[in-house]
Amino acid sequence: MGKQLLLENINVPGIETLSVYRANGGYKALEKALKMQQSEVVDEVKKSGLRGRGGAGFPTGMKWGFIAKPEGVPRHLVCNADESEPGTFKDRYLMQHNPHLLIEGMILSSYALGANTSYIYIRGELLYVYHILEKAIQAAYDAGFLGDNILGSGFNLNLYCHLGAGAYICGEETALIESLEGKRGNPRIKPPFPAVSGVWGRPTVVNNVETIAATVPIINMGGEEYAKIGVGKSTGTKLISACGHINNPGVYEIELGLSCEEFLFDDKYCGGIKNGKKFKAVVAGGSSVPILPADLFLKTAKGEPRLMSYESLSDGGFISGTMLGSGGFIVLDETASIVKNLWNFTRFYHHESCGQCSPCREGTGWMEKILNRILEGKGKQTDIDLLFDIQSKIDGKTICPLGEAAAWPVASAIRHFRKEFEEYVNKPEEIVDVKHYYAVNNLQQSAK
Amino acid sequence: MPKVTIDGVEIEVPKGTTILQAARMIGKHVAPPAMCYYSKLDVSGGYCRTCIVRVTKGSAANPNPMPKPVASCRTEVMDGMVVENFTSEQVLADRKGVVEFLLLNHPLDCPVCDQAGECSLQDLGYENGAEKTRYDFERRTFEKIDIGPKIQLHMTRCILCYRCVHTADQLTEKRVHGVLNRGEVSEISTYIAANIDNELSGNVIDVCPVGALTDKTFRFKSRVWFTKPVDAHRDCKKCAGKVRLWFKGEEVLRVTGRKDQWGEVIDWICNECRFDRKNLSDWIVEGPSRIDPHSVISQNQYELAKLKLDTGEQLKKIKEKK
Ligand SMILES: Cc1cc2nc3c(=O)[nH]c(=O)nc-3n(C[C@H](O)[C@H](O)[C@H](O)COP(=O)(O)O)c2cc1C
Ligand code: SF4
Ligand code: SF4
Ligand code: FES
Repeated sequence: MGKQLLLENINVPGIETLSVYRANGGYKALEKALKMQQSEVVDEVKKSGLRGRGGAGFPTGMKWGFIAKPEGVPRHLVCNADESEPGTFKDRYLMQHNPHLLIEGMILSSYALGANTSYIYIRGELLYVYHILEKAIQAAYDAGFLGDNILGSGFNLNLYCHLGAGAYICGEETALIESLEGKRGNPRIKPPFPAVSGVWGRPTVVNNVETIAATVPIINMGGEEYAKIGVGKSTGTKLISACGHINNPGVYEIELGLSCEEFLFDDKYCGGIKNGKKFKAVVAGGSSVPILPADLFLKTAKGEPRLMSYESLSDGGFISGTMLGSGGFIVLDETASIVKNLWNFTRFYHHESCGQCSPCREGTGWMEKILNRILEGKGKQTDIDLLFDIQSKIDGKTICPLGEAAAWPVASAIRHFRKEFEEYVNKPEEIVDVKHYYAVNNLQQSAK
Repeated sequence: MPKVTIDGVEIEVPKGTTILQAARMIGKHVAPPAMCYYSKLDVSGGYCRTCIVRVTKGSAANPNPMPKPVASCRTEVMDGMVVENFTSEQVLADRKGVVEFLLLNHPLDCPVCDQAGECSLQDLGYENGAEKTRYDFERRTFEKIDIGPKIQLHMTRCILCYRCVHTADQLTEKRVHGVLNRGEVSEISTYIAANIDNELSGNVIDVCPVGALTDKTFRFKSRVWFTKPVDAHRDCKKCAGKVRLWFKGEEVLRVTGRKDQWGEVIDWICNECRFDRKNLSDWIVEGPSRIDPHSVISQNQYELAKLKLDTGEQLKKIKEKK
């Protein structure tokens, strides 16, 4: 195992309580940060090379640097804990077991940004985690880590936890802001960006749970030390939630730059494919990222071993690469149907589209219907090209990246596994999955 | 003031002008179609994506092209920006895709739709659409509902442009009109199933680009191309009183706001002028309305439209002009 910066104490009994968290070195980073200048804290994060862990990988220090600072206008830090991307469950794991790590990160990051009111926007389905966080926040208030004049530093912070209401789109940062303001969760049209006009029109930074948690070890060890972990511009550690046909599903903290082969096959991590089956494909960074066939996951098109890092996973662009994304790692073995998997993703995006812009609103539904038809064994040869064409007309033409998230899986599945689509279309009677499809679909129909 | 070049034509515009506005200042031959932007609304645009263009040069300071097509109604010009609209094959192809999406679930019931003849979607479809749909699934439908006694909403035809929502936001005090549900099944509705009892509510009919919001006092009375528009005014305490009367013979069949060359109302009008003043004696007639070649009611519109599609021709013309 590599360095465990976020999960180090995750299994310590009682770590969710303030006293055990403190006994294990908790709130040291906060104490240290409060003795620094605000700009020095920002500088440490810049030096660390930390990149947003919510999916896009945007450098966090740079994002913090963009925040507008008009005189007399409050600023806000919002933690994006809406984690709803299929395959991604790292934030939940972290918050559920070690809530104070996030809270400590929130306090020191708010200090760095000069925010006196901050929010954790948490996915509605995670009600039990919400209660864990609320309890931890109360404990932090009681201990003087929140509220007025924190640890005698003169810095004030109120931290609120806000429950979402079950919409994936509210994970998109501007939809999240709308929802936080009590409005319909529609993504805003940018610009202006949240750094200029976010919550209630005030300068706002939205960061992922893991991003904020990572500021704690960064302050503890110093940005430069943190930057020594990893490769190139992929510094530090990353949580990966691994699932699918593997022996050891779960959440792992890896040092960025770990070889893909080691991550998938080593017993310390995924432990290889379940039941001795063959490895077929992987969706390496949450359902939105392009699917990769086994060979292209293990080696890049140039034949170099692929690494778990932002750069290496995206090597080859979308033709032969993918993205690190949010770290949702879904492994498919030889028995898995790519078409069915795609149908499931597409169904999800169709259901979650907010409906503001025409390409995503109409295109996602159309793609799902075509995939439905193909799975039913009634697909046409032309459906495959049609699907590809529809996704290309969504890609890049929407208000928010959900449109792309719906388009990329379709493009990559057809690009790499066209044969499977053709089998469905040409010899539906030979595909066992068609029967399965009916089972799933009947279930769905009876649920209506 | 920033200078921007659109389809080869340069123009200097005030800071804060959007690409769409700059294109409209140049003229029809470079202005992208806009189904959701509305110049009279404080907030609008960004939703339909028909106005997308390519920015091939971001600005003089940062000459990089923008990686994705942008919504021209929501993108401000920068000094030295270069934009391609009708001169880019890619833009036309992208727009065609958007139009296909807009028409995907549209019922295409033009023969029985009051909007036919002055429908922006009809025009858009004619200019940018395909001859046949590739969509062979059932289209979504909704029940018709009444929004107050004078307005009918037929959601099945709605393209979710949000114009009526922003109009209601801007013109009415209590917001009871908005979007319910999500995604494909979003619908425009009244949050409270009560009458919209507001003096200006009728304006949502004028802003609706399609036949989703219609005037119940005019429904099924006549095809619009059989009626004759006349500009008229009256002394009204609630609005500017500047309207357009639509005659069939001697009879005023309907009253609407006056629309500009982009098909957008010039002044909001009140419900009294719109619904309750249908006698010629109520009005001082100014003369026949000039209808810009915007819609089917204007003859030869489609001949012109064909020209627009011919990008090679378009390019040549622009070059000749230079
Ligand atoms: C449809 C959609 C859903 C998203 N969901 C999440 C989410 O659940 N959690 C998250 O941190 N970021 C999510 N994002 C990314 C956020 O918009 C934003 O980029 C992120 O919160 C920024 O934090 P970071 O810089 O720390 O990564 C989502 C984006 C989109 C387009
Ligand atoms: S891309 Fe989809 S989810 Fe995003 S704003 Fe458009 S319709 Fe809404
Ligand atoms: S009812 Fe008309 S104006 Fe309102 S959103 Fe639908 S199409 Fe637009
Ligand atoms: S007019 Fe610009 S997006 Fe609709």
